[in-house]
Amino acid sequence: MEWETVIGLEIHAQLATRTKIFSGSPTAYGAEPNTQADLVDLGYPGVLPVLNGAAVRMAVQFGLAVGAKVARRSVFARKNYFYPDLPKGYQISQYELPIVAGGHLDVMLEDGSVKRVGITRAHLEEDAGKSLHEGHAGVSAIDLNRAGTPLIEIVSEPDMRSAKEAVAYMKKVHTLVRYLGICDGNMQEGSFRCDANVSIRRKGAEKYGTRAELKNLNSFRFVEKAINHEVGRQIEIMESGGQVKQETRLYDSDRDETRSMRSKEEANDYRYFPDPDLLPVVFDDAFIEAQRAALPELPDQKAARFVTQYGLSAYDAQLLTASSELADYYEQVVAEAPAEPKLAANWVMGDFSAALNKDGIDIGKSRLTAVQLGGLLLRISDDTISGKLAKEVFEVMWADGSNADVVIEARGLKQITDSGAIEKVIDEIIAANPKQLADFRSGKDKLFGFFVGQAMKATGGKANPALLNDLLKKKL
Amino acid sequence: MAAETLARLSAGLAARQYSSVELTREALSRIDRAQPQLNALVTVTAERALATAAVADRRLASGESGPLTGVPIIHKDIFCTSGVLTTCGSKMLSNFVSPYDATVVSRLGAAGMVMVGKANMDEFAMGSSNETSWFGPVHNPWDLTRVPGGSSGGSAAAVAARLAPLATATDTGGSIRQPAALCGVTGIKPTYGRVSRYGMIAFASSLDQAGVITVSAEDAALTLQAMAGFDARDSTSVDVEVPDYRASLDAPLTGLKVGILKEFFGAGLAPEVEGPVRETLAVLRKLGAVVREVSLPSLPLSVPTYYVVAPAECSSNLARFDGVRYGHRCENPKDLQDLYQRSRAEGFGAEVKRRIMTGTYVLSAGYYDAYYLKAQKVRALINADFIRAFGEVDLLLGPTTPTVAFGLGDKTSDPITMYLNDIYTIGANLAGLPAMSIPCGFAGGLPVGVQLIGPHFGEAKLLNAAHRFQQETDWHLRGPTGYATSFEPGAGPTSGRGEK
Repeated sequence: MEWETVIGLEIHAQLATRTKIFSGSPTAYGAEPNTQADLVDLGYPGVLPVLNGAAVRMAVQFGLAVGAKVARRSVFARKNYFYPDLPKGYQISQYELPIVAGGHLDVMLEDGSVKRVGITRAHLEEDAGKSLHEGHAGVSAIDLNRAGTPLIEIVSEPDMRSAKEAVAYMKKVHTLVRYLGICDGNMQEGSFRCDANVSIRRKGAEKYGTRAELKNLNSFRFVEKAINHEVGRQIEIMESGGQVKQETRLYDSDRDETRSMRSKEEANDYRYFPDPDLLPVVFDDAFIEAQRAALPELPDQKAARFVTQYGLSAYDAQLLTASSELADYYEQVVAEAPAEPKLAANWVMGDFSAALNKDGIDIGKSRLTAVQLGGLLLRISDDTISGKLAKEVFEVMWADGSNADVVIEARGLKQITDSGAIEKVIDEIIAANPKQLADFRSGKDKLFGFFVGQAMKATGGKANPALLNDLLKKKL
Repeated sequence: MAAETLARLSAGLAARQYSSVELTREALSRIDRAQPQLNALVTVTAERALATAAVADRRLASGESGPLTGVPIIHKDIFCTSGVLTTCGSKMLSNFVSPYDATVVSRLGAAGMVMVGKANMDEFAMGSSNETSWFGPVHNPWDLTRVPGGSSGGSAAAVAARLAPLATATDTGGSIRQPAALCGVTGIKPTYGRVSRYGMIAFASSLDQAGVITVSAEDAALTLQAMAGFDARDSTSVDVEVPDYRASLDAPLTGLKVGILKEFFGAGLAPEVEGPVRETLAVLRKLGAVVREVSLPSLPLSVPTYYVVAPAECSSNLARFDGVRYGHRCENPKDLQDLYQRSRAEGFGAEVKRRIMTGTYVLSAGYYDAYYLKAQKVRALINADFIRAFGEVDLLLGPTTPTVAFGLGDKTSDPITMYLNDIYTIGANLAGLPAMSIPCGFAGGLPVGVQLIGPHFGEAKLLNAAHRFQQETDWHLRGPTGYATSFEPGAGPTSGRGEK
């Protein structure tokens, strides 16, 4: 039996506002428990929410960036349920009238094809606090620092057909919110997390299967693993003649499994209704156009420009624009060494990215500046050093932060482009290897490489390869 | 007539006839004497009041005072008062000391008013008789066997007994006007959004509005002047300039178009109430007003509409009282569910529970459209009816309540009968309109109130009409037997003359 996987994601992105969505408390992560919660966040009697305009602007920018309709009028609603980390007994969210509806994102898959994923809606809401069940003998502790942190919940259409597609879409949203500067994207701190709705159906079927909602997916890797695991579970059920139940399942990354949290029957009736403490959010066209004008260059626009401006492939352009920091770095390198945009792309995506990865360094904290890397590329393009030696130079630059010219000079790595000097070396090698010369001349073409190797060895790899080739051909 | 209005006491303070400390001592001693009979207060803040009064006296001496400086006031216990017990009439908050002041409290405090205590009230403002209070019922000073009305029963009884010249109050479905009527005092519920709700413990957020109970309309004007105005902490407060209410008090009523609310004079209105209410028309006509009948056909739907909207909002607003962060928590909860269930079962009274359950029901999946959504539509119709009426008349007039004060315990067994007590007051809340109740006579020795309803932000016109009416009558100056009506600090208790 062939099965098709159907996935929709609900992504929660924490908006990068200074203060909370309905109070003046700071949103900074990692403070002592309950030090960043004021009376509004604590749900004290008599307090009232006041909407943070910055959060609204960020949501609007997101909507514009995904080509969605920004609602001229949207309404906050209360989602009612009891939990100790939800101080008011309701979460202020949006229900019937979200701020953003009907957009899409084009996602490039690994094979270079482009998949369009629909965005049903995106709405503003406040985060809850945290319940800490461990480390407190016999009791649960509540930290309300996170309570009231602004979130945008981005709900996709069930357009994805594999875990890989889901991850690619999630990464694209991650890229976008960071471009927009509306979310720091920090997944360890929970600033960007997602729930996945997963179902399967027979290949070719039109009707969706019964879905399970997977919660607690806070890394790209976990999204992929959890979905794959869940798909396997559902196929097993269906193929053994069972039925998938509609339920919420929690992903346990330690055991790489999902387990049931609550069934549909146990689901809360949230009793949504418009929050009478908050007025509807109403925009005029001028406000929306002002937000549109304030948008930065978006990832797709930037990638398209990289293709035309630098002659890169669409795939490379996509990779380089995955974060605006990487794209900016690349453009600074090219500005320094304008003749070689493709070489620059290879270096930025290759050795430079590998070095960042290896040392676990964020690009913003790189010791090696784009100007320095550009300086190295200049020495490659003006034949001062070969590409091979450049890697050696790069290692040193990466290690101690020095400039390419200093390293080349100090280590005497400058390429030999003096044909007299190279000829002299060739003459010595020919003289020292009469047998190889005779063999070569009698038709053993492969021995050409032997002479190149000997010459490189004698010059410490510094001989200009093209010049060496020409001269060798002549002499031999 | 030596009745002590806020305006008169303010003049006495300004003229240094007595000090704020003396005035405050007098209020505190009256409270001491009246508390056993009336139970009008939950908390008396004697020490703090005397300290505040001393500060007010220095302000008065240095000339940095306003008309409210140094005058004692009682705050309804629904307003958060920093460092002072704020119970909302509930066991749930019987241990809650607020860490902050409500905007109403801080504005009146900034104006120099001296809080002498917190007024008893129906639990979470849910009730029309003050019998749902965890702290016991308030007694009507005109007849101790009768209710003072509710939910601001403590505020109304306290002002009627002249324990203080004024008390703050709140009105969600009539909670200022109904007790004001039953206690023979003046009460104003301003336009929704006119006074900040910040720090006022929410019952039904879209209906709740803070106001004040006073002796006279002039006093209400003086107080509202300080209470009203935009507050950035309340998104539903409206940024509309506050007019000088006192300046327009004496404006002539010539040509004022007063609409008699036809729907308010049908079956159910006690004849002894209808009589005095109709007599107000003669006074208004004499003052130059033109009276005509107006019909608001959707108005009879007010009560059922209200009893969907208000419980729905209350079921959500009261979810925060869960025993986790403040307020009543049950002993030794065995798990989370137990903590919630017992804390709330023990902390809330029967009426509050009834409304939470009703509200939870009307918001439930499958019932939302039939109840909540429909109620909102009816609410829009009621609002449209009022708007249409105000195209024809300047003010609307009718009774505040169908009857005079009823006996304690008379209606506690039948919630519907109790709810119908608010039949004339709820419409103004649903439409967010300003409305007043002013004393207009007596029936069997018990006060009768007449209600004036104005267009949105029409407080000045309401106060003007009420003031002119009070210049022609003295119903508002009469006090119940056994309570002081004149103020002579140091002279000991004085016995007022009652209406018999």
